[in-house]
Amino acid sequence: MLETLIAEDDKEVPEKGKSGDEWEPKIIAFLCNWCSYAGADLAGISRIQYPPNIRVVRVPCSARVSPYFIIKILQRGWDGVLVSGCHPGDCHYISGNLVARRRFSVLKDILEYVGVEPGRVNFSWISAAEGERFSKVVKEVVMRVKALGPAERLVKGG
Amino acid sequence: MEDLGKTMQDVARRLLEEGKVDLIVGYEKGTTPIRSTPCFIREAGDVQKLIWDPTCEANLTKYLLDRDERIGVVAKGCDSRSIVVCLAEGQIDRDRVTIIGVPCQGVINRKKIEAELDKQEVVEATVNDEEIKVRGEGFEKVLPTTNYLCDSCLSCRHRNPVIYDFLVGEKVPEVEDANDFAEVEELESRSSEDRWDYFTEELGSCIRCYACRNVCPMCYCKECFVDETMPQWFGKTDDLSDTMIFHIVRAYHLAGRCVDCGACSRACPMEINLRALRKKAEKIVKERFDYEAGTDVEEAPVLGTFKQDDSQEYIIK
Repeated sequence: MLETLIAEDDKEVPEKGKSGDEWEPKIIAFLCNWCSYAGADLAGISRIQYPPNIRVVRVPCSARVSPYFIIKILQRGWDGVLVSGCHPGDCHYISGNLVARRRFSVLKDILEYVGVEPGRVNFSWISAAEGERFSKVVKEVVMRVKALGPAERLVKGG
Repeated sequence: MEDLGKTMQDVARRLLEEGKVDLIVGYEKGTTPIRSTPCFIREAGDVQKLIWDPTCEANLTKYLLDRDERIGVVAKGCDSRSIVVCLAEGQIDRDRVTIIGVPCQGVINRKKIEAELDKQEVVEATVNDEEIKVRGEGFEKVLPTTNYLCDSCLSCRHRNPVIYDFLVGEKVPEVEDANDFAEVEELESRSSEDRWDYFTEELGSCIRCYACRNVCPMCYCKECFVDETMPQWFGKTDDLSDTMIFHIVRAYHLAGRCVDCGACSRACPMEINLRALRKKAEKIVKERFDYEAGTDVEEAPVLGTFKQDDSQEYIIK
């Protein structure tokens, strides 16, 4: 999946979206293996409904998500990003999510400062037991991104 | 400030004669007026080349990286802070470096003088902390130095070196209430749209010469993220998206490390307002983590550590 983010000729990149009723945002969700991915799994097996706009990338830890991933995704024309990890204190690697929390706060502040709309880049904590919460977070993110419309800023060739 | 130059020469001569350092890195008179250039002295007999005045703008920390010699380096307030950051990050061996600290009242931004003189060529100039005397064909002017300082110097809160082995001259009073975030605050008060327009306009003129990166003592990576090809994260073109991303990621990399020495702004041939970005990164870590770069060698780099109670208001509830 990482390769597809980087490769210049892949088919996964969304076509330039049209605003209006029929436009559906495409959002990448990085879910940590130990909590959020299991949370998404629980939502699945519990038949909890959530919007189909997200494409999930499983990562070992939220700290695995480099700022480059997020920026690259925005440059490739995806409409939004969600990064989700274990709740603080629950990290499988003890403190990965706490390091990530610092990192993401700086990245998000800088992105929003240069003018990337607040709501494009989102972060959350979802545990393995929170299938219901996973659905809620995805709905929230999709709502935010829909309100913003198709991504334009930072999109290369856009 | 002739006397400070002399004191500096005496310190340098002693260090070289006593064999405490192999090399002195300081400033000498440049080949054009109102300009200094870094100088490298290995023989005690050459120390009279050293000068100190408000043209000594370069951050010499860059010359301490990747060197095996024992180096004596001249450091202003901001330069000393960048040395602290490099020490904290393990890039400089403290035992090999002798810091000749010098209190600073600001360095000149030549571009401001050029603008004032409206393209008239300066043939000769004398500069001190009070005034700049310039003489050219058919004109002679005396300009007050404080009007032509770099933007970073105008709101500097660290005029005295924070770390040094020798201090040249007396410490100067610090301006504690200087608001160095005034410009960032103004930008923050604008709408997201306005800021996007502002930064696309500013950064759009970037020609990707990387002068800002090459002059920056914090940019010591052997391979910069924009030079990587496996994987090639970001394009090397001057496409707006690519240039914006170069500057965004650079600002991110500087968060908690940049000391606002202003070297990148002075190096930029396109006169891009790089300060607006790097000050934001500085402000974020200050507000979120109560951290100021280059003040404490023992403190862990801000993005390499964490606290249990770090702010997380941005996390979706």
